[in-house]
Amino acid sequence: KIVKMASTLFKSLPRRLPLLFARSGYASSTKTAIPETEEQRLCTMIPGDGIGPEISDAVMKIFDAAGAPISWEERNVTAMKGPGGKWTIPIEAQDSINKNKVGLKGPLGTPIAAGHPSMNLLLRKTFDLYANVRPCVSLEGYKTPYDGVNLVTIRENTEGEYSGIEHAIVDGVVQSIKLITEEASRKVAEFAFDYARKNSRKNVTVVHKANIMRMTDGLFLRCCRETAEKNRDIKFNEMYLDTVCLNIVQDPTQFDVLVMPNLYGDILSDLCAGLIGGLGVTPSGNIGAHGTALFESVHGTAPDIAGKDLANPTALLLSAIMMLRHLGKMNYAGRIEQACFDAIKDKTSRTKDLGGDATCSKFTDEVCHRVKD
Amino acid sequence: MSTLRGLTRLLSKAIVNPSNGHSTTTPRCLHTAYQKFAEKSPEAKQEGEKLRVTMIPGDGVGPELMHAVKEVLKAADVPIQFEEFWVSEVQDRCSEAQISELIQSVNKNKVAIKGILATPSWFDIGELQSVNMNIRKQLDLFANVVRVKSLPGVKTRHGEIDIVVIREQTEGEYSALEHESAPGVVESLKIITRTKSERIAKFAFDYATKHGRNKVTAVHKANIMKLADGMFLDSCRQVSKLYPKIKFEAMIVDNTCMQLASHPSQFDVMVMPNLYGNIIDNLAAGLVGGAGVVPGESYSPDCVVFETGARHPFAQAVGRNIANPTAMLMCAFNMLSHMNLVAHAKLVQDSLLKVLRDGKIRTTDLRGYATTTEFTAAVIANLGRA
Repeated sequence: KIVKMASTLFKSLPRRLPLLFARSGYASSTKTAIPETEEQRLCTMIPGDGIGPEISDAVMKIFDAAGAPISWEERNVTAMKGPGGKWTIPIEAQDSINKNKVGLKGPLGTPIAAGHPSMNLLLRKTFDLYANVRPCVSLEGYKTPYDGVNLVTIRENTEGEYSGIEHAIVDGVVQSIKLITEEASRKVAEFAFDYARKNSRKNVTVVHKANIMRMTDGLFLRCCRETAEKNRDIKFNEMYLDTVCLNIVQDPTQFDVLVMPNLYGDILSDLCAGLIGGLGVTPSGNIGAHGTALFESVHGTAPDIAGKDLANPTALLLSAIMMLRHLGKMNYAGRIEQACFDAIKDKTSRTKDLGGDATCSKFTDEVCHRVKD
Repeated sequence: MSTLRGLTRLLSKAIVNPSNGHSTTTPRCLHTAYQKFAEKSPEAKQEGEKLRVTMIPGDGVGPELMHAVKEVLKAADVPIQFEEFWVSEVQDRCSEAQISELIQSVNKNKVAIKGILATPSWFDIGELQSVNMNIRKQLDLFANVVRVKSLPGVKTRHGEIDIVVIREQTEGEYSALEHESAPGVVESLKIITRTKSERIAKFAFDYATKHGRNKVTAVHKANIMKLADGMFLDSCRQVSKLYPKIKFEAMIVDNTCMQLASHPSQFDVMVMPNLYGNIIDNLAAGLVGGAGVVPGESYSPDCVVFETGARHPFAQAVGRNIANPTAMLMCAFNMLSHMNLVAHAKLVQDSLLKVLRDGKIRTTDLRGYATTTEFTAAVIANLGRA
């Protein structure tokens, strides 16, 4: 029996070893495709509604303190009815993002019964943001039931269950169409492998339900398999959505990069946020066509605490750090991130949602102070 | 002579008729095989007459777990005779004849215990519907109930959890209606009907009432699928008005998952369409110790299939004797109490819980070293001792 155990352990070693080395935090990007650069970059800032202005001020302050070579171009975004009754966002904001290629966005509220689609959907459509990336990393010192979470969810963002094609065939029978195209699936699969390589991650897992939706998810799976063939340096495996759910709440450390269609991505990315402490500490980035990228915090506008200096700017700050990495400014990203993590580790400067009693400005000052050292 | 015969005929009619009239007034869903059994005299039981239950061992570790169930039930002297059907999709034992034989058996016995039927993720055979879906649709097993409850002796990351997940499992995303509208463009239809949404909502509230639960949460994604999930949510809301004593709330599926991972104790009974049910069943099972410890059952209007809560064939463990039979044994004692063999059910349940509580014999998924056989033997050894 011992021999059997030893042999299984031995067999699994080559599978486990690379994983052991792979998990040293998304901070530790040693090799990057984009070279480190000191060049000053102009980025669009969309402060957003509710707590948005406070937390984006906090982020700008921290970036100033760190001396990050980023200058901001502030634009406000509201839904506007364009020619032909189509909803668009203001032309200045569009121009700014098209010119700068990178943007940071606070939370945007969509009033119920406003008559226009959600602002996030509008932005997604306007800039063809096809992939959503959410790294989930456990915050040191902030205790949740899960330790050592370090994974990234990559979600196809334009089609799938969110196609919006629905109709009632007869009264009481509704049919909703999930649309999967080869083009979009391939694009997101390629992005996932690309992201894994740039961020020194070793493993890409495709999450699917091809046992039930044999054609749609089957197509997505096939595209991922074919892309994996071309990217032999990254390990690839496939898992059913339900198996991922079952395993992720038992041992989230076994996952690295997860790539999946729209709805599954929506569900899993929020689930992973739940593992590390909620949307208040989870950054997010949207990758679009022609190198456009829009980074955002995914939490709500929290109108109840807006203007009271109580909001937690962590999610937006971490998103801004993702933006720095996207721009190849790894050193600044690492420094600011460390300062932010240290500030959270210190219980006295935590904001209310993390169980502390510090204000937004106190937390910001703390991070600024640490980043200067 | 002929008059005598006529008289007996009349008499027998008079005796039979009232009993027939009586049985039609009882609800169909409660009319299970045990009643036939209960009507029999005690002598009949001693003569070795057994209840019949359909058994589908399935793929993966299913047969091993079923073996454990059979061993334990035999040791507990349970008067049950299994009718085994070895259907399987991955091993090409799923012809129409085999399936219909199985369906007939379940329809006759009204009770079945089922392992896991593995579903391949390819469709070379050109069949879009999996065997699982086929069986569910033919038997109309519309409601899947998974009771997710912390077990004694099983360490988890969260505190006490006691959630009931009720899932509609005949429509929704599992429609098997897919087509390629243009090369590289595939669509899949999700069908939601008001009749079935109302049926599952009513089932959930009835379940909550019967089991003394206080709250029903409807899980949906109506912000995106405004018509389909909108109708499901609306049906739940309408039904909830008939049950003023039970609290009703709605939650979006992604938020539900996040809440489950961070604060699972807030949930009580949850009701949802098919795919979300699949996700939340597994997620919740993961919270209390994994697929090996969560039992489930599927209801149709007149039969019940007992199966594990998180349905994984666990194919990598086949023949290694490491699978945890807890979930399947829990299914078995749930089945026994459903068949009104209460004493036997309690016997098995007490023994199983004692083994878990003692914690000396644990399978590998609960960080132990015991094999399936050892665990089963421990349960048998503790029968009547707890």
